[in-house]
Order: sequence, then structure tokens, then C-alpha cells
Amino acid sequence: MLSVFAQADIPDIQWLPLIPHLVMAGAAVVLLTVVSLAGNRLPGWFASAWTVAAGLGVLATAIPVWLRVDQEGPSSTIAGSIGVDQFSVFIIVVLACTVILTALVADGFLHRESLDAPAFYVLLMLSAAGGITMASANNLIVLFLGLEILSLAVYVLVAMHLRRAESQEAGIKYFVLGAFASAFLLYGIALVYGATGSLNLIDIEGILRGDELGDNGLLLAGMAMLLVGFGFKVAAVPFHAWTPDVYQGAPSPVVSYMAAGVKAAGFAALLRVFFAGFGPVADDWQPVIFGLAIASLAVGSMLAIVQNDVKRILAYSSISHAGFILVGVQAATDDGVASVLFYLAAYAAMAIGSFAVVTVVSGPGDEGTGLDSLRGLATRRPLLAAGFTVLLLSQAGIPFTAGFWAKFEVITAAVDARSFWLAVIAMLAAVVAAFLYLRIVVAMFLDAPDPDAPRLRIPRGPALAITIVVLFTLAFGIYPEPLLNLANDAFLLITFTAPH
Amino acid sequence: MGSSTVLPAIIFLPLVGAAAIALIAPSRSTVLKPVAVATSAATGALTLWLMAAFDKHDGGFQFTQFAEWIDSAGISWHVGVDGISLFLVVLTGLLFPIAIVACDPPHDAKAYYIWMLVLETGCLGVFLALDLVLFFLFFEIVLIPMYFLIGSWGHENRKYAATKFFLFTMLGSALMLVGMLVLALLTARETGNAVTFNVLELANSAGELPTITARWIFLSFVLAFAVKVPLFPVHTWLPDAHTEAPTAGSVILAGVLLKLGTYGLVRFGLYLFPEASRYFAPLLFTLGVIGILYGAVVATMQRDLKRLVAYSSVAHLGFIVLGIFSINTEGIEGGLLQMVNHGLSTGALFLLVGFIYERRHTRQISEMIGLQKAAPVLAAVFTVVMLSSVGLPGLNGFVGEFLILAGAFVAHRWWAVVAAAGVILAALYLLWAYQRVFHGTPDDTNRSMPDLNWQEKLVMAPLVGLIVFLGVYPKPVIERMEPAVNALIEHMEEVEGFESPTVDDRPEGSFEELRTLKSDYGDEGEGH
Repeated sequence: MLSVFAQADIPDIQWLPLIPHLVMAGAAVVLLTVVSLAGNRLPGWFASAWTVAAGLGVLATAIPVWLRVDQEGPSSTIAGSIGVDQFSVFIIVVLACTVILTALVADGFLHRESLDAPAFYVLLMLSAAGGITMASANNLIVLFLGLEILSLAVYVLVAMHLRRAESQEAGIKYFVLGAFASAFLLYGIALVYGATGSLNLIDIEGILRGDELGDNGLLLAGMAMLLVGFGFKVAAVPFHAWTPDVYQGAPSPVVSYMAAGVKAAGFAALLRVFFAGFGPVADDWQPVIFGLAIASLAVGSMLAIVQNDVKRILAYSSISHAGFILVGVQAATDDGVASVLFYLAAYAAMAIGSFAVVTVVSGPGDEGTGLDSLRGLATRRPLLAAGFTVLLLSQAGIPFTAGFWAKFEVITAAVDARSFWLAVIAMLAAVVAAFLYLRIVVAMFLDAPDPDAPRLRIPRGPALAITIVVLFTLAFGIYPEPLLNLANDAFLLITFTAPH
Repeated sequence: MGSSTVLPAIIFLPLVGAAAIALIAPSRSTVLKPVAVATSAATGALTLWLMAAFDKHDGGFQFTQFAEWIDSAGISWHVGVDGISLFLVVLTGLLFPIAIVACDPPHDAKAYYIWMLVLETGCLGVFLALDLVLFFLFFEIVLIPMYFLIGSWGHENRKYAATKFFLFTMLGSALMLVGMLVLALLTARETGNAVTFNVLELANSAGELPTITARWIFLSFVLAFAVKVPLFPVHTWLPDAHTEAPTAGSVILAGVLLKLGTYGLVRFGLYLFPEASRYFAPLLFTLGVIGILYGAVVATMQRDLKRLVAYSSVAHLGFIVLGIFSINTEGIEGGLLQMVNHGLSTGALFLLVGFIYERRHTRQISEMIGLQKAAPVLAAVFTVVMLSSVGLPGLNGFVGEFLILAGAFVAHRWWAVVAAAGVILAALYLLWAYQRVFHGTPDDTNRSMPDLNWQEKLVMAPLVGLIVFLGVYPKPVIERMEPAVNALIEHMEEVEGFESPTVDDRPEGSFEELRTLKSDYGDEGEGH
């Protein structure tokens, strides 16, 4: 098989690092084909089990890539457009885990809402395949392709709940604004090409290192437009306006994926382009990230306080988390990148778990997402309430949860880069944000349950997913060393060939 | 002293008890309390053993245990005890079983005991941690059990009080986290060593940081501790939290949790930032003195007995801060001793107020009159405890306040004079409250109030016993503290070549008698 490709006149391709990409995308296409042919003859659990298997397959195929890069150092393939580095493998693993957990959460949900199941999983895997491409793209056009694959699938997923007007509205809103952001991104790519004469990040990095392009208007405008595009994807203020509405309207498992997966892919692309590609002109973009971080932290945590819908609260809190992650990006150091990776992994767990709880609690029609729906959950479902509390405390950054170490690492990176005031502002925002998590805890533990509340059914899939993320949060809260080491090893270094 | 496992045993025994309680089946709810009492009593026994085995001539850390934990970030499991933390550990070990025995939760007993025991682990961890991050983890995690104790088992306004308590404390420690990281990273940069959060190593290189930087970091630490203490003007969470908390919660909050702040000031303020401590000392003891007067005046005005006791804590903690920032042996010793004394007397006061509340279902002073006739034993115990809080000679409060005032007088004479007025105010508000509640002729509702039962007497006995014992014979405590306090002062002088003002240095020599008085006091005690 390989020899056939080797004879063709195509650029040198390392196949090993591409396998995770192919598994994720291939699994989506195969699932689509199988369900079209087999139709209703397949058991109900098939699509979700297939998706979990695909996610596990990606995990399994990512390990040899990691080990190989560990030995040979980072490199690129397909004419330098796909990076082979541990940074991308880390993000691929996060995305694969997100897909697995989202599939588990969605299992019960799609049944409850009687929605067309296979399409959901196909789109989920396609979107993740786009994310994987974004996380490893060393070429701006490839990156844009990845981003569009990811986004188009998510637009549809958001509007998936056919009988809910809110879902449709959220889909349209996300699509229109998303298309707008993509246009910005594409225009930014064009301007950067105009300034540097290349679309390849490795070339761009080399050109910027050599030339004094720091005050080149084209380059600056291009970078600004790229930031708009990425800022939209990661929900940073002032490009966040869609977040609360879309999170509230979209089906809850989709929000799990958006908060964890789309954010991870967005930050991966942001770091690849800005930290790796535009690294030599970091002085130009660091102040902008500084401003975005402060705005996201302040707006996210403060506006969350006045919300009364759990999904909206968590949407604003996700904006505040984006601000925290930007604090790590702003450091523009290897430690900063490691802290971002750790934060993304920890946040993925908290976000998926939190929205999984919302999925379970919201009840038929996905309607009961008000704070009231959580009242007295501790009496109705003690274990679910305890698990949600762990995740909320992790989001608040309380010790012995992974969320604490995530904040610890990000603040360490900021302090190490001498951004003392940013660190102080971030921690103050964390205190404000703690208030909103406490509001949810108060509702669950200190408010009396509604006597008319129906008995809560927790399907097996979400139960398993919540258990996994809670254990993850606690285990790495008590002993974060393994995950810290992985994040520290996941260097972001873009290069054509492995240095020897 | 080599590696030892007694400290981890002390820290984690309550946690094991909490896990055991979590596993008890709902049908066997009668064994919940015995398990909780047994675990906390065993922990208390271990702390007593620790005190007995403690080498009183050693000013350094004993029973230390060190293990690598998060190596990549320079964080380790490092615990140890010295004369400064020893009695706070013992106090924690004693107060928890007392609080658990004394009060039964009205509902959800299982969760209640779990949170109490988790809280005990957190408090002990704070006092024993010798790694800055480890300390911070315990310091923060204490919030969670306390939050739930106030929020789930508190009085009417509990949700507000619990949230306020949580956010105030978290605000303080949020900045401390940044300060800690700046301290560790900049120290590593200055010394060229790897990043470490080991308190001993950080203290050794305390002089390396630029003065201004160290002062900023010190302020970030002080804010965290000042909220916890609480120092005026960040004390406003305290009256709410104390008043709304269930009785056991108030006892632990006043007895142990407030000491996390004052202990932090000594261990991580003075020890890590000698220069900055001295620089900011005037600010801090001024705030302490304001707290003494403010707490006393506001306490006088209270109509709610529990709130009155809560504000008295603000005044007492002001004294402790005044002692600590006198930065001399007398002042710091007095401060440390007063931490223990305040834990005993205010803990006991909250218990008594709780007992009265259980009987009368009110905390309003105006609704109580002549309780002395109805409950003579309760009144007698209340008298002893109240007089200890006032600082009557012969009871523990006097010894601590005396040492603090002696130290403060040497360091900053006029502040000591003003603070001494606070002692008079304390007598005023407590005696007046006693008069209103216990004297007079009881009306019908108050006449029928039952006296203390045997269980409550049993609970009060050790507290009253210690109040009298430490008042008459404080030497066992002071002699164990002294080497550690002297070592701390020496360390501070060594780092920045500063001479702490001592009684002997005074040119006038007019304070010679203070020193004599103090040693007389110890000698007098030995005579018993």
C-alpha cells in the first residue's frame, strides 16, 4: 500500500503522524456510509459505540507519534504543511477524549429527545477531525481548512435540535457570526501573505526572524485580523457576544464539545500561528493578548453573576476561562505554552462534566436549564450533586482539583514573564467567578428541593462520563505531576526536518 | 530529629475518620457520632503525645517529614512542628473533640461529621506544613468544609454569611498565591537555584530579594492573613459568619480558624520577610490597636449575645497582632500564648452561648434575665470563662495580655497605653452583658431554663481546667515556645542586621521590673 504512494510524484509524506487524522475523519465517513446502507437495522447504541471506538483509536495511534517525536524531535510533513510535534499530539489527545466523553453524554440525550442519532456522531467526528488539522497545521491555508471543517460541523450540531426554536436561532446566530469571523481570518491570512510572501508558518517565522518587519502595516493588520478570527473561536472578549446565546440554545452535549473541543482547537491554532509563527514579533501581539485577557476575565466573571440560567452562567464562565488561558498565551514562553495545554486538558474535563450534568438535569426538551432546576439536587441525587460540586470547585480553582493546578501553572507562567499585574487581575477575576460557582452550589445544597420535581433519571452514558471527569479532576488535583510533565514535554517547535 | 510519621498520622487521621463515616450505611446512623468522636479524640491524643515528646530545648523544627511531590514545580510534602506551631496543633486537637461532643446536628448528621473531620485535617495541615504551596492548599481547602458547615447547619441568614465568608477569605488568598509565586520564582532567579517552595530554604535566602519587591510580596501575604485574622478593616465577614454558624462551627471558627491568620503572620510574615515585617510593623500594630478599640466599642453595642462574643474576637485578635508586630520575644510569645488562650476562652464562650440558645431559642440579650437563679452551674462556668476573656489575673487571659503589653510597651509605648484601655473596655462589655443576662429576677420563661447536663459539664470541664491551669502555671507552654521564638528573632536579626528592641536595652532601665515581673511569674508558677 505504502509503496504505491511512494512511487507517485507527491511530496515526501510521513504516514505515522497522519494516522490519527485519518482515523478520526475516516471513522466519520465510514459511519455515515454504514448508517446510510444499514439504516434502521443497526442497534441504537451502535453510532455512539462507534464514536467511542474511533476516539480510542485516535488515542492509540497518537501514542507512537508522541514516542517517535520524543526520540527524533519535531518535524513537518506534506511539504511542511502538517507539523509533527508533541504539542499537536497533546491537543489531538484532548480532542479525542472530548469526542469520547461527548459521545457518552449524547447517548442518553439523543434518545430522550428522539433526534437523528448517527448524523450527530458523524458531525462530531468530522468537527474533531477539523480540530486535529487546526492543531497540527503549519500552513495558514491548511489551518483555515481545518477551522472551516470544524466550524461547519458545529454550526449544524448547534441547530440540531429540530423542535426547539432556540436551537435554530443559536445555529443561525453562530453561523452568521462565525462566517464573519472566518472572513476576517481569511483576509488576515491574505495580508500576512502579502507582507511575508509565504503561507507556511515555518517560512514566516524565518522571515520575521531575519527581517525588521515588526512595524510593517500589512503584517500588523494581518495579525489583528487573525486575532479576530481566533478570538471568536475561543470566545474571548470582545468577540464573545455569541457565546451565551449559542450555549443556551444549543443542545447540551454539543455545548460540552464546544466548550472543551472547539476551545482547545482554537487555542492550539492561536498558539501555532502567534507563538510559533509570529514568535519573533511577540512584542507586537503580546499587548493585544494582554488586553483580550483582561477584558475576557472581567466581562466573563462579572456578567456571569447576573445570569439565572445555568447554561448562560457556564457560558460566561467559559469566557472567563478563555481569559485565564490567554494569560498563559500572553507569557509567550515555553512554560506559558505548557500551562495553556494543562489548562485546556483540565478545563475540558470540567466543561464536559458540567454540561453533562446540565444535560441530565434539564429534562425532556432540554428546557430545564434555569438555576431553579438544580434546587435541592443534593437531596434528590446526592452523588450527582457531589460530582458537580467537584467540577465547579475545580472551575473556581480550589485546591486538590485539577483546576487549581491549571490556574497555578498559568499564573506561574505570567509571573515568570513578569506580567505581575495581569496575574493579580486574573486572580481577582477568579474570586469574582467563585461567587457564581457558589451560587450553583447554594442552589444544589442549601435550597430546598421542589416537591413536585420529577424523579431524575441518569442514563448510563452521562453517568460514566461524569464519573471519569470527576476522577480525572480529583486525581490530577492531588497528584498533577504526570499531566504537568506531559504538558511540559509538549514543546511547540515548528521546523521542516528533525534537528539532528 | 529524623523523619517521623507522627505528623502525617495527625493530619490524616481525621480524614480517615471522615472516609469511614462516609461508608457507614444510612440505617446505622447511631454510630456516626461515636466514630467522629473517637477519631477526633484519637487525633487529640496524638497531639498530646506530640507535646510530651517535643524537645523543649530545641528551637528548630522537630518530627519533620519530607517527600518529593510535584518535583517539576518545586513543591514537596514537607511537614514539621516547632514551638510556634506546637500549641496550635494541640489546641486544634483538643477543640475538635470538644466541639463534636458538645453539639449534635439537627439534620444530615453524616455530612456534618464528615465536614467537621475534613475541617480538622485542613487546620492541622496549615499548622504543620513547611512548604509554601502545601500550606496554601490546606489554607484554602479549609474554606470548603466551613462553607458547608455554616451554609447547611447555620441560623436564618446562613447563605449570606457562608458566601461572604468564602469570598472574603478567597479574595485574600488569591493575591497571596501571586505573591507566593513571585517570591519563589524571583528567589530562584536571584540565588540561581531551582524553584522551591520549601519554607526553610526561602527563609534562608530571605535577604536576597530587592527590598521593594519583598515589601510588595509581604503585603500580598498580609492581606490574606489579615482577612483570616481578621484585622480591621477587613473583619466584616466575621460577625456574620460567627453569628450564623452552628455552635460547633463558631467554636472552631473562633478557636482555630482565626489562628490560621495570626499563625501565618508569624510563620510566613516575620520568618520570610524580616525587613518588610519591620517596615510595615507600625501599620499592622496600629490596625491591631484600632481593632482592639473598635471591637470593644462595637461589642458593647450589641444586642445579640453571640454577635457580642464575635466582636470580642476582633478585639482579642487585635491584641495578638499587636504582640506579634512588637517583634520581640515578649510580644511574640504573648501573641502565641494569647492565640491558645483565645481559642480556649472564646471557644468556651461560644459553647455556652450555644447551650443558652438551645434552651431559650434566642440570642437576644434583652430577652434573657436572671439566668443565674435558673442555671447556677452554667452561670458559674460563664463567669470563669468571661473573666478569662477579660484578662483577670490568675486566669490564662491575663498572662497572654500581660506579655503582649510588655512587649508592645518596649517597642511602641503609646500604642501599648491605648491598647491597655482596650482591656478596660473588655471588662465593660463582658461584665455588662453578664449582668444583663444572669443577674436580676428571672421572668417566667427564664425561670424554667434547665441547668447544664452531665454531658455539657463534661465538655466544659477541660476548657475551664485549662483556663485556670494556664493562668496559674503557664511555664510548660512558655518554655516550649521560647527557643523557637528566640530562633525566629535571631533569624530576623541575622537576615537584615536589625536589633530587636528588648527590655534590657532600654536606656531608662525603667522597664527592668517588667522583665523581673515576667520571670517572677514563671517562678511563682514553679512553686506550685
